[in-house]
Amino acid sequence: MPELLKQRKSLQFLLLIIIFALLCLIIPQSDNNWLWRLPPLLKELPGIINGSVDYLMFEWWPIEVYDAELDDYEQKPLVREFTRSVSSVILFMIELIREILLGGVKTIVAFTSWDWATENQWARWPALPWTVVTAGAALLGYSLGGIRLALLSGLSLIYIAVFGQWEPSMQTLSFVLIAAPVSILLGLTFGVWAYKSQVVENVLNPLLNIAQIMPHFCYLIPVMVFYGIGDHAGAIATIIFATPPMVRLTLLGLKKVAPEVVEAGLMNGCNNRQLLTRVLIPTARRDILIGVNQVIMQCLAMVVIASLIGAKGLGNELLIALNRLRIGLALEIGVCIVLIAIVLDRMSLAWANKQTDYFSSQSFTERHRNLLWFLAIFVVGVVLAYAGRFIFKDGFNYLYLIPHNKGISTAEFWQAGVDWIWDTFFYTLKGFNEWLITQVLIPVKNAYLSMPVVATFTLAMGTGFIVGGVRSALIVGGFLLFIALTEWWDRALITSYLVSVAVVISGTIGVIVGTLCAQKQSTSRFILTMCDTFQTFPSFIYLIPVMMLFGVTDTSVLIAIVVYSTIPATRYTVEGLRSVPASLHDAGTMAGVNRWQRLKSIELPISFPHMALGINQTVVFALSMVIIGALIGTDDLGQLILKSLSDREGVGNGLVLGFCVAFIGLAIDQILRTWANQRKQMLGMT
Amino acid sequence: MKLRSFKPLGAVLAAGLISLSAATGVARAADSTQPIVIPIHNWSSQIVMAYVLGGMFESMGNNVEYVPADSQAVYESIRNGDVTISHEVWQSTFGKSFYNAMQKGGVIDAGTHSATTLEEMGVPNWVIEQNLCPGLPNWEALADCHENFTTADSGGKGRWLEGPQSWHGDLMPERLEALGLADKWTVKFAGGADALWTELASAKKEGRGTIVFNWTPNFTDADGFTFIEFPEYYEGCRKSDGGDGKCGSPKGWLKKAANYKFPRTHPAAYTAFSRVDFSTKQIGEMAALVDTDKMDHKDAAKKWLADNEGVWQPWVK
Repeated sequence: MPELLKQRKSLQFLLLIIIFALLCLIIPQSDNNWLWRLPPLLKELPGIINGSVDYLMFEWWPIEVYDAELDDYEQKPLVREFTRSVSSVILFMIELIREILLGGVKTIVAFTSWDWATENQWARWPALPWTVVTAGAALLGYSLGGIRLALLSGLSLIYIAVFGQWEPSMQTLSFVLIAAPVSILLGLTFGVWAYKSQVVENVLNPLLNIAQIMPHFCYLIPVMVFYGIGDHAGAIATIIFATPPMVRLTLLGLKKVAPEVVEAGLMNGCNNRQLLTRVLIPTARRDILIGVNQVIMQCLAMVVIASLIGAKGLGNELLIALNRLRIGLALEIGVCIVLIAIVLDRMSLAWANKQTDYFSSQSFTERHRNLLWFLAIFVVGVVLAYAGRFIFKDGFNYLYLIPHNKGISTAEFWQAGVDWIWDTFFYTLKGFNEWLITQVLIPVKNAYLSMPVVATFTLAMGTGFIVGGVRSALIVGGFLLFIALTEWWDRALITSYLVSVAVVISGTIGVIVGTLCAQKQSTSRFILTMCDTFQTFPSFIYLIPVMMLFGVTDTSVLIAIVVYSTIPATRYTVEGLRSVPASLHDAGTMAGVNRWQRLKSIELPISFPHMALGINQTVVFALSMVIIGALIGTDDLGQLILKSLSDREGVGNGLVLGFCVAFIGLAIDQILRTWANQRKQMLGMT
Repeated sequence: MKLRSFKPLGAVLAAGLISLSAATGVARAADSTQPIVIPIHNWSSQIVMAYVLGGMFESMGNNVEYVPADSQAVYESIRNGDVTISHEVWQSTFGKSFYNAMQKGGVIDAGTHSATTLEEMGVPNWVIEQNLCPGLPNWEALADCHENFTTADSGGKGRWLEGPQSWHGDLMPERLEALGLADKWTVKFAGGADALWTELASAKKEGRGTIVFNWTPNFTDADGFTFIEFPEYYEGCRKSDGGDGKCGSPKGWLKKAANYKFPRTHPAAYTAFSRVDFSTKQIGEMAALVDTDKMDHKDAAKKWLADNEGVWQPWVK
């Protein structure tokens, strides 16, 4: 029997579950019983963190700073001065781009002073007319990717202008145009560094996980305390959120480069830098470009959250529209966000793919054809804008900047659509909703809550042990121990209940849909675009109709999580299946497999590691949505994170709660990743 | 920077001349030229009022900047000086954040509006018209009508949809307990104001009863909303203040907050700000321009400033 147990993992699992069930049955529910709930030994931790941040920020190493406003010297702590100078550099860059697009005075102030700019009211930077920006974007699209990209970018900007969202869109764009490149550069740098040094990789991996899983709300307050409020703070929060996938995918791509390729490079006499820029990065381009795509999507997904700490633009407009339940307007704004994301993504892809063009000697006009075209557009646009001043008398020059919310609006149409959905589906859905809540969700929730802490540990660490041995068991146990020693274990259980139900649903939908769509080139392109759309489309928008249909209940929360976390499951499945080499397909066909056999025995196993990464990301996405759930109304960790925005010890509480969420993710990550790696080894894929 | 547009050159020259001539004639206020940073939250009256105040400050020759901010987190920013003022501090919703920041230092109380606020549980008027709970708005009616207010996850009890827990902690569950209603009613915390409005809209469509947390002045006033009349509030009646908890909400204040440096850097603007005093009616007007007349916030502020010169001119003098 022990021999058999050693061989068969399924038997080990069975035994584990029996022990788990027994523990659940015999341990009495009592607050004094440590086997039921551990004492909150880490209760003081948030206070300590808070105290240290305050000390660092407001007391440590004070320096004398002259304040011209007060005509007085002030004691200012060093760290604060440092972070504030970082802020002003970022803010300057954002304002620079913003004022090229929209005009303004900040850049001029940066080189002079507010006094001077107030004295000299003429010193205002004029905006680029929207016609010039739009035509310029189309031209850029054309030069990068031909007529299709030109149409896409031109039409998108026309949409934005015509619907009266020009100003907020350009504000958002200017902020993304700083946040995205910074994230990409940081991601590449850290990715390469991690590739070169195992130590760096080992250190980075958990940090990346935490940065990615930690709900954004947890670091909003710390970012605000350290960097102040405004576009720069929004950009910094965005960078924290958007960089990890870039690092991950860079590393993944570089690791996949075959040693033969590296050797070929070395034989040709590459030095280290050449090897990196000429051999490694171009070869790993596929994954690095997925990273770039992810950065852009994450940046635009953060637009709404970033507006809570001062980022101007579409995110803020969206929140205002939603607060008045103007779903149609919110939808138009949401479409603007998606369009910006897609245009930026396609352009950066086209630009990256264009790098291989080596053109021969050309004349001056040939080389600078696009620049000349742009100059022509610029002149025409400016002349038009100038002429517009005489055409439009009511104070709005539609050929210069279309004023905010003065464009056409289809809000009524969308509102009618929402009403129609209500009228058609409400009563059917109501029955379903009641069934789901009373028969599924509440029982599952109660089951989670009635687990004694020792049983949870046994189950999690046991799984870790079966999958990855003592090491995995200890890692998983460590993460859980942290959560169990805070006062929030019960809330963490509720979070886990929501996340596990959501992951089961999302994983199933994602893998099935992904597999179906991956069968054809056209459908896979379509579904990947859908993924991009849903990843950037602010979830706040569909939350309102969802809440109307399903009420302020766990069902609404679940739907919000599922919509978002199905994205990675689908995306990674499609990408995994599509990356199976054609030669393997041919080999299979020659061996006489039919369509189904090929899928089952060739494609799925080969793309398995990639799909496992997808499920891993599904968990990450689901956990990062707890806060959105909190905005609907839950009683889990998210509710407290939301509350920490107004707490006296908000920084500490927020961070510790964030760690709890991240550690749930890391524990699952540990098990899934180890398992996937073993499978890879079994298939001989490493 | 070759992309620069030359279009408004004429305007620029003209403006330059005008400002030169103006600058020589008018004595400049002693205020700093650093912009006054005004936060923008996500409800109509607050945004319109932000632009109204901005317009006032600009009329005094100050520079103004607007920054979107979360309404709870903003007090930390005022404390640090990243935001200069906040002009709508609601007692029961933001009072805690405001006093927390004040206690840490850096925020000052810049006076109180004459508008009084009420933040309380209540029902939309159709609930009373359809007689879903006979006897409302008196709270004693709640004793036998909870069946009309149940939801799938309320376990057979009637549901109160309260605002986020960050607003008043466990006040409402404690009140239910104190009034002896806890066996018939339960409290669900919504995640945010959006959730409250959505609940109102969907309950109206379905024609079912609902009890939600709400406040006045608010845009929901237009559709008709009745607050439940609980036993009157008195100092110390709440559980958290050591009382028995058998009381409703007080008539609340609406305050103004500022960074502690504001009076020194912008003495004139601060004086004006401390004089600013809006009544419930004026706040309602501002919100209605946006919510009822569907104006843009900035346009609404311009219109209000133009229509009410008699109100705000004395403040900036």
